[in-house]
Amino acid sequence: MNPADVSTAERARAAGPCLTCAGVSLLLVGSVVASFVYLGIDFAAMLSGESMRLMGKFIAEFFHPDLSAPFVAKAAWATLQTLAVSALGTLLAVAAGGVLALPASGRFGSALRQAARLLLNVLRSVPELVWAALMVLAVGLGPFAGVLALALHTTGVLGRLYAETLENAPPDPERALSDAGSSALPAFVYGSLPLIVPQCVAYALYRWEMNIRMAAVLGFVGAGGLGQMLYFHLSIFQQAQAATVLLAMLLLVFVVDILSSRFRRGLAPAYA
Amino acid sequence: MNGALAPTPLRDPQARRRATGLLIGVVVLWPMLVLAEFRPAALFESGNLQVMKGFLASFMPPSTSADFLGLLLQATLQTLAIATAGIALSFLLAVPLALAVTHALSVSRIGPGRGRWWGEGVRVVVRMVMALLRAVPEVVWALVFVRALGLGPGAGVLALAITYGGMLGKVYAEILESGDTRPARALLEAGSGRLAALFYGLVPGAAQELASYTVYRWECAVRASVVMGFVGAGGLGQLMDQSMKMLNGGEASTILLMFLLLVMLADLLSAALRRLLG
Repeated sequence: MNPADVSTAERARAAGPCLTCAGVSLLLVGSVVASFVYLGIDFAAMLSGESMRLMGKFIAEFFHPDLSAPFVAKAAWATLQTLAVSALGTLLAVAAGGVLALPASGRFGSALRQAARLLLNVLRSVPELVWAALMVLAVGLGPFAGVLALALHTTGVLGRLYAETLENAPPDPERALSDAGSSALPAFVYGSLPLIVPQCVAYALYRWEMNIRMAAVLGFVGAGGLGQMLYFHLSIFQQAQAATVLLAMLLLVFVVDILSSRFRRGLAPAYA
Repeated sequence: MNGALAPTPLRDPQARRRATGLLIGVVVLWPMLVLAEFRPAALFESGNLQVMKGFLASFMPPSTSADFLGLLLQATLQTLAIATAGIALSFLLAVPLALAVTHALSVSRIGPGRGRWWGEGVRVVVRMVMALLRAVPEVVWALVFVRALGLGPGAGVLALAITYGGMLGKVYAEILESGDTRPARALLEAGSGRLAALFYGLVPGAAQELASYTVYRWECAVRASVVMGFVGAGGLGQLMDQSMKMLNGGEASTILLMFLLLVMLADLLSAALRRLLG
């Protein structure tokens, strides 16, 4: 292995065409083209004068939101409901995720660890909207279905995060307590819990923020809140009312964004 | 000695604070429970229980009839195509937005000159447009487009293009700014055009990160296009919505399995592509 050989070989490789790059680019362009062909969307019809006019009319109607007092009150009520759904869903998930995180962090043997991890993975990989569609079947239409759907998905997410936090926490304080004769529960509560609580609260707040956004959407399958209102008014082509609901959603998202970025400064590690 | 240490009663020094916290918690929680119509009993009402039991019982075995599998395959391909086409369109939307907004290509920032305030104004406006595109979740856009254009994958593609266009635009601009901007600056100072400065000064350093983020977004788009199907934007989600409305548990469980498989494959593919680029 002579250094000169390496450099010649490298030079040759650098000068020649990059086959991998060419192959990947070709594959990417090919799959994009294939996608458009497979979908067969008629963009010409979509962009034709007639449909552009209809679309324009549809959009123009959104610029006259219904701001009459009773309707705004109704939208405000739905916003509060959305907030309540997201808060309760997150709260339930914190409790359930905390309980599942104990076996998932390997405290009760590896068999239970595998089982808990599998359960958490299944809960997490089904999207909220699918859970909501299932929960609407289980408890009927209404915000409670949304609470359960958010709780189920978020349990999967938080349970896994909590289990990881628990695994990463230093074991010494708890060991010291149990070596000094404390039984298992007090040793955990006074030894490990104080170490992980700040991180767990940060994760919960972060998920709550995401769940507020999600709760606004869950109504599409009948789980109450702003989403259900939007779905209803769009279904009967009341764009003015739908525009008000959209405005309420935007407002909610922006307020949550601002508040969370204020909050986040103190909680940086959870977002790493 | 034991006389001096009379057993003092154990008191929690924080008792009052804890009690106040608990009280506030209950006062806040109660209206929330009412607002969210929190009725755990509904889970065990005989009617609901019957429906759910029947539905869950029909989950096993998953439906494997040939017609249904054909439909499933079509829907899966459609979901993938929606994600890919949506990302392609959002890329087209994001690139000009990112170029307009990034400070790394700003000529007026190099030194005092005309057009500084004008350029800054354009940036603020474009930034706001991107925030607006991102603020509405893609499912909401999908619902609006389904109402405007009718059922079908077109609504999903447009919804993805808009939301992800805003997201990609913002992230591209940030990636371009966070890398080494000195080559581009040198080119601009020497009088090169903005596009030349982009391609020769910025892209070589940032290409890997840009591509990797785009692939990651494609993976998210696959998940999002399944969800958008629930409001009628085609693909697996729409099929699942239909099966659920007909309480056909066998079909629903096959679709769920397919969905999990698809998400896993998208994960693997995106990880492999990113490794290839890395």
